[in-house]
Amino acid sequence: MPQATQTIIGQTNPIAIMFFIAFVIVTLVITYWAAKRTRTTKDFYAAGRNVTGFQNGLALAGDYMSAASFLGIAGLVSTRGYDGLIYSVGWLVGWPIVMFLISEPLRNLGKYTFADVVAYRLNQRPIRAAAAAGSLVTVLTYLIAQMVGAGTLVKLMFGLPYEAAIIIVGALMIAYVLFGGMIATTWVQIIKAVLLLGGATLLVFLTLSKFGFSYADLFGQAEKLYTSKFLEPGGLITSPIDAFSLGLALMFGTAGLPHILMRFYTVPDAKEARKSVFYATGFIGYFYILTVTIGFGAAVLVGQKIIMGIDKGGNMAGPLLAEALGGTPFLGFLAAVAFATILAVVSGLTLAGASAFSHDLFVGVIRRGQASEKEEVKMAKMATLGLGIAAVLLGIMFKGQNVAFLVGLTFAIAASANFPALLMSITWKKFTTKGAVTSIYTGLTVATVLIILSPTVWVDIVHKTEKTAVENQIKMIESTSSAKIADLEKQKTPALKSEKLAALDTSIAGEKKLADEQIKTEKAKMPKAIFPLKNPGIYSMAAAFLIGIIVSLLWRDKKAEEKFAGEKLREYIGIGAEE
Amino acid sequence: MAKVSVHEILEDKDFKDLLKRRNRVALTLTVVELLIYFGFIALIAFNKPFLSQKMSAGTATTVGIPIAVGTIALSWVLTGIYIFWANSRYDTLVKKIKEKIGG
Repeated sequence: MPQATQTIIGQTNPIAIMFFIAFVIVTLVITYWAAKRTRTTKDFYAAGRNVTGFQNGLALAGDYMSAASFLGIAGLVSTRGYDGLIYSVGWLVGWPIVMFLISEPLRNLGKYTFADVVAYRLNQRPIRAAAAAGSLVTVLTYLIAQMVGAGTLVKLMFGLPYEAAIIIVGALMIAYVLFGGMIATTWVQIIKAVLLLGGATLLVFLTLSKFGFSYADLFGQAEKLYTSKFLEPGGLITSPIDAFSLGLALMFGTAGLPHILMRFYTVPDAKEARKSVFYATGFIGYFYILTVTIGFGAAVLVGQKIIMGIDKGGNMAGPLLAEALGGTPFLGFLAAVAFATILAVVSGLTLAGASAFSHDLFVGVIRRGQASEKEEVKMAKMATLGLGIAAVLLGIMFKGQNVAFLVGLTFAIAASANFPALLMSITWKKFTTKGAVTSIYTGLTVATVLIILSPTVWVDIVHKTEKTAVENQIKMIESTSSAKIADLEKQKTPALKSEKLAALDTSIAGEKKLADEQIKTEKAKMPKAIFPLKNPGIYSMAAAFLIGIIVSLLWRDKKAEEKFAGEKLREYIGIGAEE
Repeated sequence: MAKVSVHEILEDKDFKDLLKRRNRVALTLTVVELLIYFGFIALIAFNKPFLSQKMSAGTATTVGIPIAVGTIALSWVLTGIYIFWANSRYDTLVKKIKEKIGG
């Protein structure tokens, strides 16, 4: 099959800019409309609880489907084949957990943040301080990862300078959240989700049309180009415990992401909350199947050489495929959708961060629950502005840095600091304030420290110079040795005597052995991580649960236990739930 | 309709039954989801040759592809099963209890 050879990626694309400006105009009009409807805290944090289950399903999908998952998974599949598919599965499996364990109790017990639920029958101040710490760290790490990704992607797709891209994203995100609150943010998510799902569907349709709408044919072509290894599990999972740990973090981290949890307060009741997870899971699952198809399609129709030539990580696989199949206009459309995706995700994160700051820290901790709605909204708006500016500055500060570990860290913290406390507070009668607070801080600290000591940070970032030095040394050894071997091979001519040939073969074997030994000694010099796993989920989650249980059992709280009966009534049948 | 106090509701047979059912369904479905996903991960970790088999002779598609896509699809189906149960059984029970309280 002929592969695309030319691309305009990296150059200014007027069509992309046109589509993007159209998106901005529409969303700003919505923000203006939403601003007039945003007066109370209920409007600002929870869109007046008027969002339907279907709308919230789309908005949840919008919050979750980041540009990184759209471009990243397609890229991973195009370069690593089946391993990319494995990766995409892990991103979906947290959603059923959200539905079975979290969504309904959260909606019934809380008001605006997940701290409302944890603090329901416990002491407000210490819980709110701890939960706000968990929320803010999760939001900030995810925000930095998104901003750095945004700068790089926009630079590649629009030809805009990195800093300009970050400032545009920051300014628009602040405008949506500051003026339009949750109403505007929800609509931005919905529009983005529809555009992303529509764009990806069209791309998959065009791709499959090249293969007679047969996946078997697509896989057959992929096998021809990249051998059958491309359709088999490869090197992504080498250590079972590492895979298990990452799986846990992905699965339960989803149920501890503040910007996801916050969405359940935007629907009128628990029934709509569970419906929204059903829709969200469907949309997100469908989306991952689309991105995987795009990845395989790009590998065949564009080719790995071109994909990796533009971006080593393969992030441009999707856009390149769009360009090959639909020309510059389709590339422009997809670039604009990717930009919109980034904007929507950072808006959701900023709103979640602002609510943790104003609702939990300012009202709950500093004002001990005594603040008027007007004051709270004002504080939330100030926090939005502060977080927005911080996101821009951090995004510029981290330019060119390796931030891949931040996404892993976000999920590890969400799974270890936020999820255990939330789950225990709704299911376990004997859970106490001390137990919750120590559990949250333990999860937060263990996850953070172990990530720093893990290969992703300790080797790839802290000891980067040593690692590259060793890698370069190995490359040098390999090239000198293969040069020598090639030299010896050249001396082999049919005219040579057999003794001479044998001697040459021994020299070649000797060269090979020497190189192997040298490489072995070099590899021994490779810096080692203090903590062996790439994701600490399994240990940090276990630590958070254990500490929470032990502390709760050692220092019992009879008052909290008595209040559990009342909590159950509200948790299961929604009596007294926020309207 | 006779109103019932909070304390009486907590001791009520229907309410206790509701709790038991909801916890059982939620827990079962959670365990099923865990088994599906970590079963998939275990296959990758311990039995790569199984996933690398061809679906049939002459095709490039490996067994691993429908299994991975199936994991995604099954996860969604599980949320559908929960919705179906909650809409038909759970909500009816909740309504019954709410009527007792007179709310």
